[in-house]
Amino acid sequence: MFAAEIYMHRFLLSSPVRTLNPEEADWFYTPVYTTCDLTPNGLPLPFKSPRMMRSAIQLISSNWPYWNRTEGADHFFIVPHDFGACFHYQEEKAIERGILPLLQRATLVQTFGQRNHVCLKEGSITVPPYAPPQKMQSHLIPPSIPRSIFVYFRGLFYDVGNDPEGGYYARGARAAVWENFKDNPLFDISTEHPTTYYEDMQRAVFCLCPLGWAPWSPRLVEAVIFGCIPVIIADDIVLPFADAIPWEDIGVYVDEKDVPNLDTILTSIPTDVILRKQRLLANPSMKQAMLFPHPAQPGDAFHQILNGLARKLPHDKSVYLRKGEKVLNWTAGPVADLKPW
Amino acid sequence: MKQLQSLQQTRGRNNSFRNQSPLDSTADVTASVKSPSSIFWLILHCFSCLISLILGFRFSKLVFYLLFSTSSVNYLYTTSTKTTSFGGNDNIAETMSFTTSLRSLSPPVGANVSGGVVSRVVVGRHGIRIRPWPHPDPDEVMKAHKLIEAVQREQKVMYGVKNPRSLIVVTPTYVRTFQALHLTTLMHTLMNLNYEVVWIVVEAGGVSNATAALLEKVEKSKVRVKHVGFERKMPIFWEARHKMESQMRLRALRVVREEKLDGIVMFADDSNMHSLELFDEIQKVEWIGAVSVGILAHSSHPDEDPFEVQKNVDEEDEKKSPLPVQGPACNSSDRLVGWHTFSSILYKGKSANYIGDMAVVLPRKLEWSGFVMNSRLVWKEAEFRPEWINDLDMVVAAGGDDDIGSPLSLVKDSSMVEPLGGCGKKVMMWWLRAEARADSKFPSGWTIDPPLEMTVPAKRTPWPDVTPELPSNTVKVISSATQENTEKRATKTRTPKSRRSSRGKRKRESRNADARVAARNSGEKTQ
Repeated sequence: MFAAEIYMHRFLLSSPVRTLNPEEADWFYTPVYTTCDLTPNGLPLPFKSPRMMRSAIQLISSNWPYWNRTEGADHFFIVPHDFGACFHYQEEKAIERGILPLLQRATLVQTFGQRNHVCLKEGSITVPPYAPPQKMQSHLIPPSIPRSIFVYFRGLFYDVGNDPEGGYYARGARAAVWENFKDNPLFDISTEHPTTYYEDMQRAVFCLCPLGWAPWSPRLVEAVIFGCIPVIIADDIVLPFADAIPWEDIGVYVDEKDVPNLDTILTSIPTDVILRKQRLLANPSMKQAMLFPHPAQPGDAFHQILNGLARKLPHDKSVYLRKGEKVLNWTAGPVADLKPW
Repeated sequence: MKQLQSLQQTRGRNNSFRNQSPLDSTADVTASVKSPSSIFWLILHCFSCLISLILGFRFSKLVFYLLFSTSSVNYLYTTSTKTTSFGGNDNIAETMSFTTSLRSLSPPVGANVSGGVVSRVVVGRHGIRIRPWPHPDPDEVMKAHKLIEAVQREQKVMYGVKNPRSLIVVTPTYVRTFQALHLTTLMHTLMNLNYEVVWIVVEAGGVSNATAALLEKVEKSKVRVKHVGFERKMPIFWEARHKMESQMRLRALRVVREEKLDGIVMFADDSNMHSLELFDEIQKVEWIGAVSVGILAHSSHPDEDPFEVQKNVDEEDEKKSPLPVQGPACNSSDRLVGWHTFSSILYKGKSANYIGDMAVVLPRKLEWSGFVMNSRLVWKEAEFRPEWINDLDMVVAAGGDDDIGSPLSLVKDSSMVEPLGGCGKKVMMWWLRAEARADSKFPSGWTIDPPLEMTVPAKRTPWPDVTPELPSNTVKVISSATQENTEKRATKTRTPKSRRSSRGKRKRESRNADARVAARNSGEKTQ
């Protein structure tokens, strides 16, 4: 789910919007794979990512004049990690660090989005996490198979390794879901990893998309692709491509404090509202907008990202700095980040 | 997003110690100078470690926090159960950092970017909200089921069959013991469909009241019944019966032809089993299609050991599938190349000859019920059907004694038959012939009128002297015989009655006493 940066790079390499002439370019893209620093288990470690980003920016600012021209205001970066450019997976740490100071003027394309949060800069573009399109296509079942599961969820409720007491992970919301509904026959929830996960989602009416350590999760993408109404349990979340996809019309928002009453909330939704949501979800353009297919197809997530970037054009004249003016503080941030990568 | 625990813990611990240094202002972790506060935390840490060791579970210093703090930002009323579940003292440092960070961050977190707007999301530890009765409410479960039903109905509308054509179902039948069983099953199957159905029931031996009575129950549904009589009695021998059934079906096709019924013709024998999916599948037929039929050729011989029969089968032909299936055969590119037919070699000499025979009843090579066709194929006017279909009259005349083995004779080119049901892979109907002996009796209309003459004594009766031990077999003897019986019994000892039911012993005894008195009285009176 962090692979968006790689796919975006690949897409831009072969895309017609790419130009090799920097003078006529509107946007500059620097591919920095900040989530590719992996643990031996294959999970991303964001601790060195700020240094990585700094070194990359130093490289481009010293070799080409385009960064210094605007101090990065016409550059964009893809930061698909948990808290975007705050480069940490723990929320408190991420908030303390804040967005990397060097990226203050650049546009960030990130999966994280939460209103009134440090790590969401104004003008960022929120994208969905990467989900493998071929894998999902290969697990499609005919739509005439009746949907018989009411609520479906597979995933952790307690992150025993990092938060054994519960209360930190997902702000207690996932644990509340488990404790309240573990014996409810309507709720098919467990921590298993079934091989028929995608097929089961296509047989469910509602799919829970609660927050985890960060508010976003690939379940949202999977729910939209498989036609299952997403139940979004994350306060103040900013959902991707809010201009292209009418999230209120296709999903159900539940406040975290209302989780104990989730079954009442879901059963009291009128039937015609549910049918309407399903009909909207069946729209193929919406599914296409959540995917990062390779090669790119019309209406996909790349298209939406480019739309978002295009909407910010033309750049304001004030973006261009006068000679000698410097805005960014190159020495801001924790001392450890200043080490070159 | 799973994070690696040990790595994170070490980092957490490092970070937490680093965080504490500004808070514990004078603390220096490298042990040279210890301030009172750091010594205090160290002592607290050791103390809670000891408590955890003694208690056997992880003792969280949150307890101290709760005890000594007046206000709490988080609602910990339900986390008391959670603090005790996990062993290990590894994360105490983390909790320390979390609690301190909670204090420092509890004024809201995001109060910067958009000009001092307060975020209502609080970072840090939250309670796990559990409602007082965390169990399903039956009303809500019912509502949810109704929702699911509505969703499934909508799915059927959106993805199911569009423009459903009406069905014309042809069933040959005759009055016999098992007729009610078979016909009612088929009737209920047809009544459960969403399609318009014209049910042509052809009855051997003419239209009878028994069958008509059975078919009356269809009145209220979408099924229109045409009860057609066929003026010959059903023969006893299976061979002849199969032939006659074909003729009866042709008679039904003539009805379709004369009345110009429009729809899809399917042949549903009354003893077959149809799955509802079959009816959705045959809507796809264009001219003539074939489905796979599972043949349940069972042996009704009671003396044979069922396992023994199976062993024989295995020895003779192991590769044969245990359930023979008749239907279209396709090659790998889903085109019809042949037919799976029923091979009766296995059952040579062991098959039933007459109805009610205690042996396996075999189907013919290709059963009629495995075929469906567009009703226009049998219409008189030639312009409605493609040229590779023979006219019904011509086929019948050529067949001589009015018997065509299967609808394939109607088709000049049998490769034009459409295989349905995943090219024959899905079996949606089963052929079965289960019949009683031809001379078996059954109550007409399956109503018992007048009531049966057997009376069975009830264990507890409100009437004192009604319990004869032997049922009286003739009707006439009711009134006088009971009196005589009770009189006789009154002279017997009490023990047989009291033995019968231990519960009502005392009552029975008192009643018997009364009965005896009453009987004696009545006996005396009559005498």
